[in-house]
Amino acid sequence: MPNPVTKVRFSNGLQIHLKEIHTAPLVSHWVWYRVGSRNEKPGKTGISHWVEHMQFKGTAQFPNGDLDKAISREGGSWNAMTYLDWTTYYEKLPTDRIDLALRLEADRMINSLYDPAEVESERTVIISEREGKENEPIFRLDEAIQIAAFDSHPYRYEVIGDMQDLWKIARADLYEHYRTYYTPNNTLIALAGDFNTEKILARLTELYGDIPAGPEINGQIEIEPPLRAERRVEVSGPGDTTYLRLAYRAPAARDPDFFAFTVLDSLLSGPSGLMMSGGGLSNKTSRLYRALVERELSVSISGGLQATIDPFLYVITAIVHPRSTSEAVLAAIDAEIQRLQNHLVDAAEIARAIKQARALFAYGSENISNQAFWLGFAEMFGDYAWFENYMQSLEQVTPQDVMRIAQTYLQSSRRVAGTYLPTGEAGEQE
Amino acid sequence: MSDLFPEAWKSLPGPEDITRVELSNGITILTRSNFDSPSVVVTGYLDAGTTLDPDDKLGLAHFTAAALMRGTQKRPFQEIYNELESAGASLGFGASVHNTGFGGRCLVEDLPLLFSLFSEALRTPSFPEDQVERLRDQILTSLSIQAQDTWDMASLVFDQILFAGHPYARPDDGTPETIRAIQVDDLRSFQKRHFGPQGMVIVVVGGVSASEVIDRVQQAVGDWENPDQIMPPAYPPVQALGEPVRRHVPLAGKSQTDLLMGSLAPRRNSPEYLAASVGNHILGQFGMMGRIGEVVREQAGLAYHAGTSLNAMLAAGSWEISAGVNPVNLERAIDLIRKEVDRFVREPVTAQELQDTQDNYIGRLPLSLESNGGVANSLLNLERFQLGLDYYRRLPQMIREITTAHVLEAAKSYLHPENLLVVSSGPELA
Repeated sequence: MPNPVTKVRFSNGLQIHLKEIHTAPLVSHWVWYRVGSRNEKPGKTGISHWVEHMQFKGTAQFPNGDLDKAISREGGSWNAMTYLDWTTYYEKLPTDRIDLALRLEADRMINSLYDPAEVESERTVIISEREGKENEPIFRLDEAIQIAAFDSHPYRYEVIGDMQDLWKIARADLYEHYRTYYTPNNTLIALAGDFNTEKILARLTELYGDIPAGPEINGQIEIEPPLRAERRVEVSGPGDTTYLRLAYRAPAARDPDFFAFTVLDSLLSGPSGLMMSGGGLSNKTSRLYRALVERELSVSISGGLQATIDPFLYVITAIVHPRSTSEAVLAAIDAEIQRLQNHLVDAAEIARAIKQARALFAYGSENISNQAFWLGFAEMFGDYAWFENYMQSLEQVTPQDVMRIAQTYLQSSRRVAGTYLPTGEAGEQE
Repeated sequence: MSDLFPEAWKSLPGPEDITRVELSNGITILTRSNFDSPSVVVTGYLDAGTTLDPDDKLGLAHFTAAALMRGTQKRPFQEIYNELESAGASLGFGASVHNTGFGGRCLVEDLPLLFSLFSEALRTPSFPEDQVERLRDQILTSLSIQAQDTWDMASLVFDQILFAGHPYARPDDGTPETIRAIQVDDLRSFQKRHFGPQGMVIVVVGGVSASEVIDRVQQAVGDWENPDQIMPPAYPPVQALGEPVRRHVPLAGKSQTDLLMGSLAPRRNSPEYLAASVGNHILGQFGMMGRIGEVVREQAGLAYHAGTSLNAMLAAGSWEISAGVNPVNLERAIDLIRKEVDRFVREPVTAQELQDTQDNYIGRLPLSLESNGGVANSLLNLERFQLGLDYYRRLPQMIREITTAHVLEAAKSYLHPENLLVVSSGPELA
């Protein structure tokens, strides 16, 4: 019997999701803000992620340096993540210490300082974070693909932001972004673990009840029509490994097509765990592995679909075999996609994908932090029912659905094909 | 028992809920049931690692481990993975310096399948030639990617210099030359000579009873004997560096330089280990990455990641301080870190720092074991380092007994600021 979820909305708009789980003496606490790179404008890319960093720089009540020490001292762990549609802050603490996390999150929702000196010091930290990513060929390829995949939608920007913007964004920009989006009506608090729902609700009421709602945020962003012709990008750099990455416009998570697409992805590139689900599975019996890796066209293959508010990208990535070419890999992927477009898959294949999804779902659910994560995450692009009905939605997928998805979304005209071409320069210069 | 979190500490594995059994052929089983979970994690190791690699065939243990699932006397590659992936289960093998390790997970109902594949892969691998060649290409590609990775290269060279003359100095995955030199017969012979029940440990955690686990392991590997099993030789002692060493591995086309500084550290079973571990936490982990994080990231804004790690293995360990910095800031970062190390071995840590870290150690452990995988790894460490089944019950007291003098003593024994090893990898030095 699954543990029930208590859902409450305060008069200031703050949403609360609570799930008592008493199997371990800990509480996992997540605060979700509906803001991410999706809410950014050209010239200010990376600002949501930078705001996330600044939220660790102190308030009057919890000065910089005290926050992290306070959590660590209690044996807790904490961190934050910024993504396309959301920013989330999380703490995991022993049962009897959770009040600290509740107090500090309520405090930094409104009282973060944004000290100008801290803004400057964090600018170079974030630039360093970006430079670390730039060291990776796949990041450089991904950045080029994303910007080619959308003409105007903010999903074209990397969450870390453009280097030029990171040099320009000022304290006032950050503070305004913070004040605009860090309001009770733009927030969901999720807790799972060893607590008493009534007591936690009473405490959250004390802490958040008097914070006034902020202005309503217009969360609508114009959806771009699908691409009409294939776009190709090339990035070159040192080394001798070629990467091929294809990015197709995918359905939004709320679109019923998302579930059929999930099954298609499982057949094509292997089963993917839902985000944070505690590990995935191998994909050696997937169609693309057999067509590419077993034929020694690529040394690896992976695919991935992400749950987002607006249509984002379905991405297939291959590391090209040293004795093959990106063209040969592309042709083999296209042949497999055509097979899905022209022939119905066997119902047994779908049943197998469902069993795999069920196993991954079970692995993910044994972890209290994951359960708390889903209490909030699902609401960032849909609602919690999306998560509760996830398995059921997958079970309804038919072979005809899979064929239709392949025909609709996996047309080559709807994709960006990106290649990382190694210059062949010796990596290590002696 | 800690007086701080008595309830939390009851949830940790201890003699009352761990079952430990030694089979007559030498295999040790540790298991702990978690009937809240519908799944099971299986992990463990054989007493055969990369220390057994011949110098001209470095990477042999790794290659052998990776090849085990590529075909058995009973089933070809695709059939093995079809069974496994259809069940949403996973199983894999890999080699580290001391061991060939394995790990898998499945739904409770699929445990017999997992054990049957495990036994086949371990005892009757067939090493099909085409699969071995495919795997060789995959390993060579991953070495080629590694050769372009600033962190991997700094780390490789760091170990080569720090552990010169010791098996720890050698790359676990081999080099392109040695991987090309390995023949199918080498894999066969490695498996035949070094795989056997002596020294093997199997840990099972999840929704299954201890008696069922013991029965399953008995059925799978209880009758396994290898009278010719050759055990690893004793490890030679390691020598601390007698002089400072500075090395840079130039990699073209990178935005960031990875820096690794450090020295030897105590082995895991050393009486100094816990004091060094607590000290390491103060130096580069507590809160926002300890003193190093405070100076390099928070104050100077030089790096996104800057912290320390203490890698304690069976025969020795390494104490590593790392940061990713813009190439122009490299010397400044080295200088800041050197000053912190200097202070760390000259002055005792403060009573407050010690207290904070002790509280963190004692508080965090119950939180780190919320998943079956976390518990399984903790059981594995109990056995690997012979810590005793009651280790987690004794640990709070042992942590509380550490004094600032103990920390200083451990720091002085291992970290020698005048003889630090400093390795970096990134663009050519100016």
